[in-house]
Amino acid sequence: MATSTSSATSSAPTAARTAAPSTAGAGTTRPRRRRGRATSRDHKLLPYLLLAPAVVMELLIHILPMLVGIWMSFVRLTKFFLANWSAAPWAGLGNYRLALDINSSIGAKLFQSFLVTIGFSVAAVVLSWGLGMAAAVALQQPFRGRGIVRTLFLVPYALPAYAGILTWNFMLQRDTGLINHVLADNLHLTGDRPFWLLGNNAFTSLVVVAVWRLWPFAFLTIMAGLQSVPTELYEAASVDGAGNLRSWRSITLPSLRPVNIVLVLVLFLWTFSDFNTPYVLFGTAQPPAGDLVSFHIYNASFLTWNFGIGAAMSVLLLLFLMVLTAAYLVVTNRRSSRA
Amino acid sequence: MTRRAFLAAASTCVLALGVAACSSSGGSTTSAGGATGADATLTYWASNQGTSLDNDKQVLTPVLDAFTKQTGVKVNLEVIGWNDLQTRIQTAITSGSGPDVLNIGNTWASSLQATGAFLPYDSAAMTAIGGPDKFVKAALDTGGMAGQDPTSVPLYGLAYGLYYNKAMFTAAGLQPPTTWEEMVTAAKKLTVPAKQEYGFSLAAGSYTENVHFAFINGSQNGGAWFDAAGKPTFTSDANVQGVLRYLDLMQTDKVVNPSNAQYDNGTKSVNDFAAGKVAMILNQNNADSSIVSNGMKSDAYGVVPFPSPSGGQKIATFIAGINLSVMKSTKNKDAALSFVKFMTSPETQKTLDKPFSALPVLQGETPVFTDNAEEAKTFQDIYATMSKPLPLVAAEDQFESTVGKAMNALFAKVATGGTVSATDVKTALQDAQDQVTAATGG
Repeated sequence: MATSTSSATSSAPTAARTAAPSTAGAGTTRPRRRRGRATSRDHKLLPYLLLAPAVVMELLIHILPMLVGIWMSFVRLTKFFLANWSAAPWAGLGNYRLALDINSSIGAKLFQSFLVTIGFSVAAVVLSWGLGMAAAVALQQPFRGRGIVRTLFLVPYALPAYAGILTWNFMLQRDTGLINHVLADNLHLTGDRPFWLLGNNAFTSLVVVAVWRLWPFAFLTIMAGLQSVPTELYEAASVDGAGNLRSWRSITLPSLRPVNIVLVLVLFLWTFSDFNTPYVLFGTAQPPAGDLVSFHIYNASFLTWNFGIGAAMSVLLLLFLMVLTAAYLVVTNRRSSRA
Repeated sequence: MTRRAFLAAASTCVLALGVAACSSSGGSTTSAGGATGADATLTYWASNQGTSLDNDKQVLTPVLDAFTKQTGVKVNLEVIGWNDLQTRIQTAITSGSGPDVLNIGNTWASSLQATGAFLPYDSAAMTAIGGPDKFVKAALDTGGMAGQDPTSVPLYGLAYGLYYNKAMFTAAGLQPPTTWEEMVTAAKKLTVPAKQEYGFSLAAGSYTENVHFAFINGSQNGGAWFDAAGKPTFTSDANVQGVLRYLDLMQTDKVVNPSNAQYDNGTKSVNDFAAGKVAMILNQNNADSSIVSNGMKSDAYGVVPFPSPSGGQKIATFIAGINLSVMKSTKNKDAALSFVKFMTSPETQKTLDKPFSALPVLQGETPVFTDNAEEAKTFQDIYATMSKPLPLVAAEDQFESTVGKAMNALFAKVATGGTVSATDVKTALQDAQDQVTAATGG
């Protein structure tokens, strides 16, 4: 790997050097040169210089921490080495072995959390996309007050995440929450007040809150996509006697295909690595039914100050999402090229 | 800021913190007077001891001003809530830039000592803060692992007591309990679920409270959580039965409102107690200020030691409290030590023990946190004769977080209608032990 990158970087200057003579004439005829040695190479360098700050910042803010994280996953970075990272002993694949060992409690818990996350992501993506689509189609036709409804629909997405989720946390409390007040006290639908943030209901609460936060984004994206569908198509379809459902299936969906491919992918990646929702909703409680994988990794690292294992889990998560994304794009592209 | 400076700052931040965010409040302010300590500035992280973060600030500010007047050293105060304190300390240790002086939960002392980020109070430093003999020995023993220079010294002493509502006990014709069995009988008598009245309120969703009672109940059964070599022994029968006994207050005795499984801090049960919804709570003596600020008069409640089952060991509390540490990274070591000396001086202690409801950590001092002489004596007795220190091992904080979280989950299971057997408790404790073993490289 190292050799390939070095050859790539060394080939760039040679290319520049071989290309230099062809433009050398331009440099020499320039009047009033300040510096005698200003050659065309400056022109060659300029784009790189302009790019440099962005590249440096990208390296510093994205790439480097990621590499540090990958390095962390191969060492036993526990509390004893927090003040002096470099002294942490090499663990090789030890952290990965522990994280992937389904028979150990740590691996078993991670796997369980992984399954919960898949269930959560699928539910949240399907519901968010469905609601977003329904709302966008409903607002396709102009009517009085459409702007107000649109704005209202976007409120959850515009609210700061913490404020919104914290409000849900209040509403979902067993004794003092609005939800139980309505369900149990006013409507008498439930005999005993259910817990919404503990036990198996935690999963439902998590999905509801995540969908509430996400569906406006789906709505916004689909609404933007619908702008580009020509109205003539719908008119022609209705002349041919197609109903609303038929024209949605035959016109709206195919036209939105490129939008939907990206939208579903983004929704999935966001929900799968969702940390804010469980963190704010559950606080220090960690109900197994709502134990999403990012939250799980955070707890695994910070609970016992064992950052090696946390980093290993993070790398595994990254690999999983990368493979899944690549597979998804290959499949969808193949299908769209066939279509 | 030049670009180079900006990049340098950014790169140090990234290098130092890796994935964590750059914190703007963490850095200690450096100043010219590092060597002498005069006109230096210290950053001090205080833990939340009073009724709120603001209340802490109000109480501490005049005290810190007095210190500045005495020494010329300015103190930047930041009060940090309990839910964030451990993470903040961790970040400070990882980045190597934190406060100069900070409060820690004394039970973390050995764990934080193991990180090597705190200044050991060797004989010179100990002399600078007034010598080891001024402290109550049991309190000073919490400062770190045995046989090493402590990295923290006691600041506030705390102990658990069983608070009971006098009027409710009198109305039901009950005496304050002296054994576990009497306590459960009394609690059952005072529980009327239809009226939303319960015998007990527990912070069953707070991992710190839960682990304290895992330790105390296990110890009453003669259990130990670590062996002599510092290896975890969570799953011994004594510990399992102790944890189960505590869970059974909600599960089989049904004297605790299941809602308590969502009580993630002690304040909520104190509120219930002050409002007369529950007859008993288990709390450290700093609950006094919260109870009174919630409108309950201090003569309306009594305190007895947390009782053990008949035939069990008479352990009612661990040696709880807050210790004071100095970060190794401080640029103002002398100023920091003189600040520690000031905070642990008899005058400052007297000033702070009352608003923070703390027990004295200095030799020969009498408690001033309550006007109720009987209560003061009860707490002093509990602290001195019925206490056992939490394990002084490097993995102590991991024991707290893993066992505490396991108990949160067990309480949640009970509250949502499940049953928890001894086997379930053992499995949960085994999981916790596996995590601790993995994290300590054992």
